[in-house]
Amino acid sequence: MNDKRHLLKKLARLAMTSAVALTFSGVVSTAVLASEKSVKIGYAVSKTGQNSAGAGITTAPNYVLWVEDINAAGGLQLPDGSRLPIEIIEYDDRSSSEEVVRAIERLATQDKVDFILPPWGTGFNLAIAPLMDRFGYPQLAVTAVTDKAPEFAERWKKSFWVLGGGGDYSESLADVLAEANKSGKINNKIAVISVADGFGIDLIKSARPAFKKHGFDVVYDKTYPLGTSDFNAMIAEAKASGADSFVAFSYPPGTFALTKQSQIASFNPKVLYLGVGVGFPVYPKIAEGKMEGVMSLGGVDVNSAAFTDYAKRHMEVTGNPPDYWASSVTYASLQMLQQAIERVGLNRDAVSKELSSGEFDTILGKVKLEDNQLRKLWWTGQWKNGNFVAVAPATREGAVSPVIPKPAWQE
Amino acid sequence: MITGAKVSVAIIAFGLLALLPFFLEAYGLGLMIGMLSYVALATAWSMFSGPTHYISLATVAFYGVGAYTVAVLNEGISFPVILLIAVLIGLVLSLAVGVATLRLAGVYFVIFSFGLAELVRQLITWYEVNVTGTLGRYIFLPLEPQDIYWLLLGAATLTLIIGWLVRRSRIGLALRVIGDDEVIAAHIGINLTRTKLLLFALSASLITLVGAIQAPRWVYIEPSIVFNPTVSFLTVIMALLGGPHRLFGPLFGVVPLFLLFEWLSANFPNHYSIILGALFIAIVFVLPNGVLEFLDRFRLRRAKT
Repeated sequence: MNDKRHLLKKLARLAMTSAVALTFSGVVSTAVLASEKSVKIGYAVSKTGQNSAGAGITTAPNYVLWVEDINAAGGLQLPDGSRLPIEIIEYDDRSSSEEVVRAIERLATQDKVDFILPPWGTGFNLAIAPLMDRFGYPQLAVTAVTDKAPEFAERWKKSFWVLGGGGDYSESLADVLAEANKSGKINNKIAVISVADGFGIDLIKSARPAFKKHGFDVVYDKTYPLGTSDFNAMIAEAKASGADSFVAFSYPPGTFALTKQSQIASFNPKVLYLGVGVGFPVYPKIAEGKMEGVMSLGGVDVNSAAFTDYAKRHMEVTGNPPDYWASSVTYASLQMLQQAIERVGLNRDAVSKELSSGEFDTILGKVKLEDNQLRKLWWTGQWKNGNFVAVAPATREGAVSPVIPKPAWQE
Repeated sequence: MITGAKVSVAIIAFGLLALLPFFLEAYGLGLMIGMLSYVALATAWSMFSGPTHYISLATVAFYGVGAYTVAVLNEGISFPVILLIAVLIGLVLSLAVGVATLRLAGVYFVIFSFGLAELVRQLITWYEVNVTGTLGRYIFLPLEPQDIYWLLLGAATLTLIIGWLVRRSRIGLALRVIGDDEVIAAHIGINLTRTKLLLFALSASLITLVGAIQAPRWVYIEPSIVFNPTVSFLTVIMALLGGPHRLFGPLFGVVPLFLLFEWLSANFPNHYSIILGALFIAIVFVLPNGVLEFLDRFRLRRAKT
């Protein structure tokens, strides 16, 4: 057995060496090519399958917009001031881990692209992380909310995690609620439901201790399976629980159903916090314009000219407005890549180093990564006067103070 | 009939395939991994569904269980042992499921098998949420793509060998009789349930093994990732294209379809689904009995004229 393993390892090493040699020769030839006419950038996103809705709202449109913006300006600027147009190579990962892994292998070794943009979703970003590391590509993982980001940044030195972890969001929410409780706006009871999927579990797990720490009593705590569409029983029970705050760590279809069914049941808690989907451009339509006061993850600083301008261009180029959470972060991550290339050129090691140490001027303002993570983010937002504005961290410039209690649905 | 020549061709093919990782770069190897995985899946699927005509959409239920077993056990136990445990779990699960459901026939079985994948997925989700309190699991195993390739090559070869042995055995013959006419099969003394159960369990265990081998490639695993129903559908379609009642039929379905999907997703990423749908319709109309059958008939016709 041991002998066999040894042999396997030997064979593996031999193959690795040849693979490395091949990759290396690839890098060289790409560099030569690139200096001639264009910068090749590749990505795989879910155009079909279960992830296509999320990828189609947050990830793919921003890639299109970014490339459009750059090519309209004459191309990607290099340290010597010259500009090269971007050539895009895109694949559909069909919402399958195996496909996304192979697409990255293809981009790295077959197409020999200069840079690879990340796919959509926590799972897929993790699936490609070891490969990106092996092939030496920097990975700016945006749509990957994970509490293990510090650990991953340590494991894969060229990986960057820019949307925070579940704990950041639930602890921020607990802070907002504690503030309202202290000023006597809400009682200390919370009703919470969560979707039984990666995201919901991550948030509820960190929310329970955070609520407790602030002296809250979680009087109702239920988990529901992904795909649940009837929330009437849960709404009725939450209503009867005596809690002033209702929190749902939900996914888009659930978020939409909860909004509709709360309206029908005239369930209007003083704090209504729902999960992913509240920040989607389609949400006002779902809530029939009555979304005032609904809280969720993310938020934007609507007074920022950079964001307004970005939202306008997003609308013009892709035909849809950006979402109010990860869209602008996605675009900002691309700006970081762009500025890193502008400073150090197309060498991937140098770009990775610049990404982890440099400061960048993005639509989110000036940003600098800490241990390969973006920490300057908006954790909690609320619908206010037709915009989903950021309310926490309250200390950051641009934060709006939350409206609690939430106004009634009918107005 | 098996001849020495055929055996040596098979051995040479196997040897050449085993040497491939030394000549392929990562993408080529990735392509081979994907293809081998479907060869094993479609062949294992055909072992049961070919002769019985029971269209099973439960492939991903077992495939996912295999992957999940690796995710749960990957810390502390050596990989070969994990694979063995995965196969055993697949075996037990398929026996339990088979006893309860192989009396179903036709469309009822199809619906049940589709529901099975969802059932397993929800059970695991429920367990993870309420008992362990985590949903995503990580697999950090020091396996290189070529290791996975060799393991899959082994699994695919094993599946073909078992498939070949089954076809020559009494039980394989019995299964074909059942597929042709259950009433007659019962009358000539074939134990219907036991025969179906055995083959179903064999096929499911092999599918579980494939899932377990492939899992380390994905690093992060959660139920919605490993119980992706597309795997079941693709397996069926590939097997049907090649012809599930022949040993090498599925192989001839997998290779062209897999390459076609790859080509489509690279060249028409925005129209993939539409083209795919049209192709499936074309396959069903033009090649209802699979590629091999079509070729045979074509040859026969030419011989006659």
